[in-house]
Amino acid sequence: MLPMILKRLAMAIPSLIGVVIVTFLLTRALPGDPAAYFAGPAATPQAIQEVRVKLGLDKPLIVQFGRYVVDLVHGNLGTSLTTGQPVLTELRNRLPASAELTLLGLIVSIVIAVPLGILAATKPNSLVDHACRIVATAGVSLPVFFTGLILVYVFYYLLGWAPAPLGRLDVFVSPPPQLTGFYLIDSLIARDPETFMASLKQLILPALTLAIFSLAPIARMTRAAMLAVLSSDFVRTARASGLSAYTVIIIYAFRNAMLPVITTLSMVFSFLLGANVLVEKVFAWPGIGSYAVEALLASDFAPVQGFVLTMAVLYVALNLLIDVLYGIVDPRVRLEA
Amino acid sequence: MTDIATTPRPEGGFTALFRHARYVVGENPVTGFAFALFVLIVLAAVFGPHIVPYDPLASDTAEALRPPNAHHWFGTDQLGRDVFSRVVVATRLDFFIAVASVALVFLMGGLAGVAAGFFGGWTDRIVSRVADTIMAFPLFVLAMGIVAALGNTVQNIVIATAIVNFPLYARIARAEANIRRDAGFVEAARLSGNSDWRILTFQILPNVFPILVVQVSLTMGYAILNAAGLSFIGLGVRPPTPEWGIMVAEGSAFMVSGEWWNAFFPGAALMIAVFCFNLLGDGLRDMVDPRRRT
Repeated sequence: MLPMILKRLAMAIPSLIGVVIVTFLLTRALPGDPAAYFAGPAATPQAIQEVRVKLGLDKPLIVQFGRYVVDLVHGNLGTSLTTGQPVLTELRNRLPASAELTLLGLIVSIVIAVPLGILAATKPNSLVDHACRIVATAGVSLPVFFTGLILVYVFYYLLGWAPAPLGRLDVFVSPPPQLTGFYLIDSLIARDPETFMASLKQLILPALTLAIFSLAPIARMTRAAMLAVLSSDFVRTARASGLSAYTVIIIYAFRNAMLPVITTLSMVFSFLLGANVLVEKVFAWPGIGSYAVEALLASDFAPVQGFVLTMAVLYVALNLLIDVLYGIVDPRVRLEA
Repeated sequence: MTDIATTPRPEGGFTALFRHARYVVGENPVTGFAFALFVLIVLAAVFGPHIVPYDPLASDTAEALRPPNAHHWFGTDQLGRDVFSRVVVATRLDFFIAVASVALVFLMGGLAGVAAGFFGGWTDRIVSRVADTIMAFPLFVLAMGIVAALGNTVQNIVIATAIVNFPLYARIARAEANIRRDAGFVEAARLSGNSDWRILTFQILPNVFPILVVQVSLTMGYAILNAAGLSFIGLGVRPPTPEWGIMVAEGSAFMVSGEWWNAFFPGAALMIAVFCFNLLGDGLRDMVDPRRRT
């Protein structure tokens, strides 16, 4: 197992280098003179020159890149022009909000999609199968921000079941003492069921929005993989040996069908991390996505760059995790390494 | 001798394709339905501004925030503008963004991929490395970063959407060119003295083309979603220009107070367009490659 993880870690390094180069090039592609841009609109030519020297923009590109990498290694992602705070601090403060939302969305999505896919595969052309197909087609066609708004309208305005879509907690509830930054976990640790329920209520709609969005590829892949496995010889043998339907489907077939599903998770994460930005905007969620959007609209580039970099690094790490998971599920992958 | 005259003439490529298309549409009514929707979208994109009942930019504060009624089929927004007219007129811009970005990536990704698959070596290494690097980002996030860096315009939304779709096209084109580079007809062309470039243009490209066209229709829906997402967060299109993403964003504030039509109709239009392209893509794929039918 360990050699495989190490090998896979080494394979992630080129991706990381590529990510750093792209984020570097993105800043240098800013329209006009970056020095004038960072000096602000009211700067004198002298001030612009000072900024240019300070940022090292008068040096050759390769030297600038070196400085950029050194800054990154020191955790310096620059300072936000609008809030005056270091970008790293703000990203770190806001990351748990985004992570809690995305993870819950993914969990809800898997809990719905995997059983749906299995049922659809065991009973082809049944009602469940058609439901699965509709979900899979609708899921890829629905703009995620639109789903979110419809949910808000139905569950907040019409039914009054959900709280107003305004952030992680109702203004009258104080956040739990910070340990993990995940309100659900922190409030459990603090044995505060009231805060737990309050934050869960705020989380349900945005998490459901993300889940509906990511349901489609997971359900579709589970169905296809289960169909393929269920028609294979070893499943027929297992059935012929008189094993119960449960044992055959869950123990024999499902474990084998998991592999392509895990591979799909990589794509699902790419979608989820992007959709997260839109969902955060709809629900005024104080995560890193809405931070980046605010900065984008204020032409404040450092936070956007930090955000893109953070997301890319997270995504590379998630892909790494998926590959390790793959190795745990499939012993053949371990042997190959 | 009369036998020869009655033998059906061998059909040309287009006639055969048309017959096959008619067969597929007849076989699968869903594809026919999607095609009808597509025609409707194109008509709205071309004639939209000329057929709508109201000026999409004209405000009428006396009629602000009216629910759908006989005069305003989709109601009116906070400035009293007719939502129906705005939704129809917006089709052109949304359709243009999708078509332009897909055409751009078709050129960039298709050519780069075919060259990588055909020549191999350094060309292949560079193209694959670029594709891998783009794939290392969550795609929508990268698109945000590109628009932020290049500047907040519609043109840059097109470019960003094209760039994030690049790996998909490049990889498919590369794989398809790669399996053909040593095929019999390529060897024959080479032996009869054709240069590499000539083989690439006249032998490989025409063969890879249909497969890429299917890819186009499959990613068109995604391109529209991507562009609408960017304008939803406030990038690219500026108000008061009618565009589906920004209309949903403007209407979202009214969703919590019950004026649902502001965001619902542009959102529904967006959904229908994406749905139509996805169905059409599936249908086209069946037409080109029946084995991949799902």
